[in-house]
Amino acid sequence: MENDVLQLGNRRFTNRLFTGTGKFANNALIPQMLEGSGSQMITVALRRVDLAAQEENILNYIPKSVTLLPNTSGARTAQEAVRIARIAREAGCGEFIKIEVITDSKYLMPDNYETLKATELLAKEGFVVLPYVLPDLTLAKRLEDAGAAAVMPLGAPIGSNRGLETAALIALLIETRRVPVIVDAGIGRPSQAAAAMEMGADAVLVNTAIATAQDPVAMGRAFALAVQAGRMAYLAELAEQSSLARASSPLTGFLGGD
Amino acid sequence: MSFFNVIEQYKDFDFDGFFERVTAGEIESILAKKKLEPLDFLRLLSPRAASFLEPMARKAQQLTVQYFGRTIQLFIPLYISNYCGNQCAYCGFNRAHAIGRAKLSLEEIEAEAQAIRSTGMRHVLLLTGEAPEITPMAYIESGVRLLKQYFASVAIEMFPMEEEAYRRLKAAGVDGLTLYQETYDQKIYGEVHLAGPKRDYRFRLDAPERGARAGFRAINIGPLIGLGEKRREVFFAGLHARYLDDRYLATEVGLSLPRFNPAEGDFQPPCPATDREFVQYLLALRLFMPRAALTVSTRERAQFRDRLMALGVTRLSAGSCTGVGGYARPGLRNAPQFEIADTRSVAQVAQAVSAQGYQPIYKDWDHLA
Amino acid sequence: MQVKINGRVEQLAPCTIETLVRQRGLKPEALVVEHNLKIIQQALWSGIALREGDTLELLSFVGGG
Repeated sequence: MENDVLQLGNRRFTNRLFTGTGKFANNALIPQMLEGSGSQMITVALRRVDLAAQEENILNYIPKSVTLLPNTSGARTAQEAVRIARIAREAGCGEFIKIEVITDSKYLMPDNYETLKATELLAKEGFVVLPYVLPDLTLAKRLEDAGAAAVMPLGAPIGSNRGLETAALIALLIETRRVPVIVDAGIGRPSQAAAAMEMGADAVLVNTAIATAQDPVAMGRAFALAVQAGRMAYLAELAEQSSLARASSPLTGFLGGD
Repeated sequence: MSFFNVIEQYKDFDFDGFFERVTAGEIESILAKKKLEPLDFLRLLSPRAASFLEPMARKAQQLTVQYFGRTIQLFIPLYISNYCGNQCAYCGFNRAHAIGRAKLSLEEIEAEAQAIRSTGMRHVLLLTGEAPEITPMAYIESGVRLLKQYFASVAIEMFPMEEEAYRRLKAAGVDGLTLYQETYDQKIYGEVHLAGPKRDYRFRLDAPERGARAGFRAINIGPLIGLGEKRREVFFAGLHARYLDDRYLATEVGLSLPRFNPAEGDFQPPCPATDREFVQYLLALRLFMPRAALTVSTRERAQFRDRLMALGVTRLSAGSCTGVGGYARPGLRNAPQFEIADTRSVAQVAQAVSAQGYQPIYKDWDHLA
Repeated sequence: MQVKINGRVEQLAPCTIETLVRQRGLKPEALVVEHNLKIIQQALWSGIALREGDTLELLSFVGGG
């Protein structure tokens, strides 16, 4: 497992749990959660400053060794996502960008079409692009062609904690992947994260389930262990149940002996 | 990225050592897996797996029926010219052979088309040697346009071309590309392709991908079994198919294992495969690529082909003539590209397909222009 | 003069980006400034005077998934 490295852009990750900074009761929990889980990449968002209130700088809570993954949340078009990505890079957040374009404010489903357009533009500008999408095989191929560094299909709606509702579709992405598949959104329990990894996902991104747990630090650690266990099981190749019936009459009998 | 990069990854791979370490337990667990990884596939090609033919056959049959139903698609090859500037040690059309050379006129092609059509066949595979001065693009395009008036599907098996040429042929009506690498072993490739443009290994290797980019609906690839070390050849053919399948979702990738068969000349294949080995490789391919079309030509004997239907084969050529102009005027047959072992007519093959419990398909699709 | 700050038109006395940031009590290290669609490095804030009709976005990183 020590040699089991996930490479994205020019970064190498030995921990396959990615985390987020949203929804923590107290931002001081973030560095503890990162330490406890060992997570090496964490998402942040970019927002207009509230001119009426003093705000904390979230970046102060993230150790330098952890890769920042700014997202483009709030973007409703590819152009807006591109603009946010450029701002994040200019602001010194590095080359990584999670593209999140949401036009549906009821279920918060990603807009795959705009996301693809943004991926095409940003990959050309040298970003390490991680698009957050509905798991659509054809789209995934187009994202790969467009230069995405990974594909991030949702397991269930954002913040829903419903787990791998899209497992069968994600399986197709994994089966045909040319770039890593990172399951993002909807994972509510460590067991669901383990299941995603057993399926062959390259990593999972968990925010809400950790941030809103009674003890986010312990929950972060639980997720890290689950991801590791799932990964180990995947590498160890799960034995599958054989469903083949016994031969009634041999199919290869005509070949004679060896 | 090219499939060549995949081959390069195995440059220092110790195939023999790997085969020696394959265990029966590994084969059993592979047979229980849903999706096989490249090294699983290689294990199924190992000598150890040879004692698992029956369970492999069971699974191959089950997967094939699941994805293809009980159907066998029939097609027929049509040779329009045997002029060729290449010197392939094993081929009947080798430029060094003193055979009668012929090129069909458009009228003659039409006569062939009529003769073939009367057999009920609606899928035709168009073949020609590589001789651009004698059979230029414009000639091939005219031939395709003509054949499209008679057939639902026109595929080609010709020298590798640039993507642009493939686009032109697609515009003329071609929907499928068959192109065998002959051997994935670069050294042997250089040794058996003695002269002519075919000496360019990379240009041929990347041609199926160019065809997929050009938008052909079906791409059929494979090694010529007998030239290189067999297990490695089948292995790379399988990886090549998966490479294309993973990248070009709109393309149906198929495989064939044309096996050595005497043609004009006295070339002796260095690595001939027995029936048993042939079956093992076919089954391994099916397990590795459950949705790929598997084609077996009339190079194989009638009885043998009949048995293969239950083992994962989905396409058969039938009523074939591998000389130029042999359908309209059977008396005037030229030297063949290779010898045919199954000499049955289209109707007889169709009957045999039915007798095996499968439905013969003469026409799988029509292109609506 | 009128300047659009974070989507709202505001009436300002002539000033540079730096003075505006200071007046509003914003922490410079947490701030990303986009001036007429262009990101302005913090070192340059004092050299850029705002003009009538300018658009300013004052952004910062916050928690997000």
